[in-house]
Amino acid sequence: MERRDDGGFATGIVDFGGIRREVCLAYVADEVGVGDYVVVHVGFAISKVDEAEAKRTFEVLREMSQLDELQWIGEVVEPRAPGGTA
Amino acid sequence: MRFLSEYRDPAIARTLIDRIRRTATRPWTLMEVCGGQTHTIVRQGLDELLEGAVEMIHGPGCPVCVTPLEQIDKALVLAARPDVIFTSFGDMLRVPGSDCDLQQVRARGGQVRVVYSPLDALELARRNPSKEVVFFAVGFETTAPANAMAVWRARELGVPNFSVLVSHVTVPPAITAIMEAPDNRVQGFLAAGHVCSVMGWTEYEPIAARYRVPIVVTGFEPMDILEGMLMAVEQLEGGRHQVENQYVRAVRREGTVPARQRVEEVFELADRKWRGIGEIPMSGLRLRPAFAAWDAERKFDVGDIVVSEPAACRAGDVLTGRLKPPDCAAFGTRCTPDHPLGALMVSAEGACAAYYHIARHRSAERQAVPA
Repeated sequence: MERRDDGGFATGIVDFGGIRREVCLAYVADEVGVGDYVVVHVGFAISKVDEAEAKRTFEVLREMSQLDELQWIGEVVEPRAPGGTA
Repeated sequence: MRFLSEYRDPAIARTLIDRIRRTATRPWTLMEVCGGQTHTIVRQGLDELLEGAVEMIHGPGCPVCVTPLEQIDKALVLAARPDVIFTSFGDMLRVPGSDCDLQQVRARGGQVRVVYSPLDALELARRNPSKEVVFFAVGFETTAPANAMAVWRARELGVPNFSVLVSHVTVPPAITAIMEAPDNRVQGFLAAGHVCSVMGWTEYEPIAARYRVPIVVTGFEPMDILEGMLMAVEQLEGGRHQVENQYVRAVRREGTVPARQRVEEVFELADRKWRGIGEIPMSGLRLRPAFAAWDAERKFDVGDIVVSEPAACRAGDVLTGRLKPPDCAAFGTRCTPDHPLGALMVSAEGACAAYYHIARHRSAERQAVPA
C-alpha cells in the first residue's frame, strides 16, 4: 500500500470494473481503506458505499457497459493518504 | 452474490411494476429531479410501462441544461481570449450560447480543453504559468465539493493563473419553486441520490412537511427508480408526506460531512438564473469574498454580461412538466442533437435528447424486423 502526504490531500487508486484511475479521497479519508467502495464524481470520492450493496450495483453497471460515465462507483485499491488514515 | 441474480432478473422489475400498479388507485404524477434518472427512465421505457399509474415529469436536474445563457456567453468571451486556456466538462462544449458554442470558439482558434476533473484544470494551470486557465464550474451539489476543492487547492498551492467561472445550482430551492408554481402538477419527488450522497436529506424535511409532498431519495438503476416510485406511491396512497431513503447503499441522513464543510468554506448562497426557468432566489452558489482572486468573472470583468433567452426553445415548459419533448413543434425538425436550439437537446441527461435518441433507436428496431 502506497501512502502519500501531500498537505493533507488524500488520493488513491480506484478500480472501476477494470479501469483504474487516481481519485481524491479527501472527503472520505477517515472512513475508507483498501477494498471499500466509493461513489466517485468528477475525480472525487463523495461517499462511502455499503459493500454488499455496492457489489450488486457494480455488477449491474458493468453489465450495462456505462464505463464512460463521469459518475461511478468503484473500489479503492491503493489509497495514498496522509498520516496513515487508510 | 445473492443480489446479482436478483438484479439481472427482469422478474424483479415486473414485480415492482405490478406492485406500483396494484398500489395506485388513481394516476399519480411524480418528478424525478436528476438528469441521470431521466436518462434511465426514458431509455428503459419505465414511463411507458407505468402508463396510467404513474406519470413522470422530468425535472430540472441536468446541470448542462439549466446553466443560464449568460454564463455560456461569458464562457464564450473567456474562451476566445488569446491568453486563456478554457477548461470544461465535455458536455458543455455544444451548449448553444447567443451566437455560437464553445466548440465553434475552439474551431476558430480558441484554446478550449475538456477535463475529467477540476483538479486536472488546476494542474494545467500549474504547468502553464504564462497562461490563464479558467475552469467552467457548473453543476449541482454533487459537483460542488470537487470544484470547491480545486479553488481551495489553488489558494493553498498559490496558483494565481487559475480561476473558475461559477454556475452552481442547488436542488431544494428548485423543488420549492416547482411546488410554488400556480399550475404545478407534481405530487411527489424522487430526489437525486448523488446530490444527497453529499448533502444528506435534512434540507428536504421542511419542504416535504410544508407542501405535504413525499420526497424519496432515489438511486440511478432501473430497480432503484422503480423502488423509489413505489415508495412515493405508497406514501401518496397512505396520505403520508415524508422524506424516505431508497438509496441506502450510498446516502446517509447527514451526507458526507467533510465535503459539505469544504463547499461551505468556499461558496455562499446566491440568486441564480436557471436556463428555461428564470431566476430562483438563493438557488445558486458563488465564491465567498475570500476566494475572489480565483473568480473568473471578477478577474476578466465579464460579470456584467446579461442576456435573455430566445423564444424558439420551450425548455422551460419541458422542465416544469407542461410540455413533453416530442410535443414541441421544433422537436426532431429544427431542433436535433446536431443542431440544438436549447440545452435539453445537447446533454445525454437532457430530456429532449433522451427522447430523441430513444425514438430513433426504437424506429431502427422496427425497421430491422423482417416483414
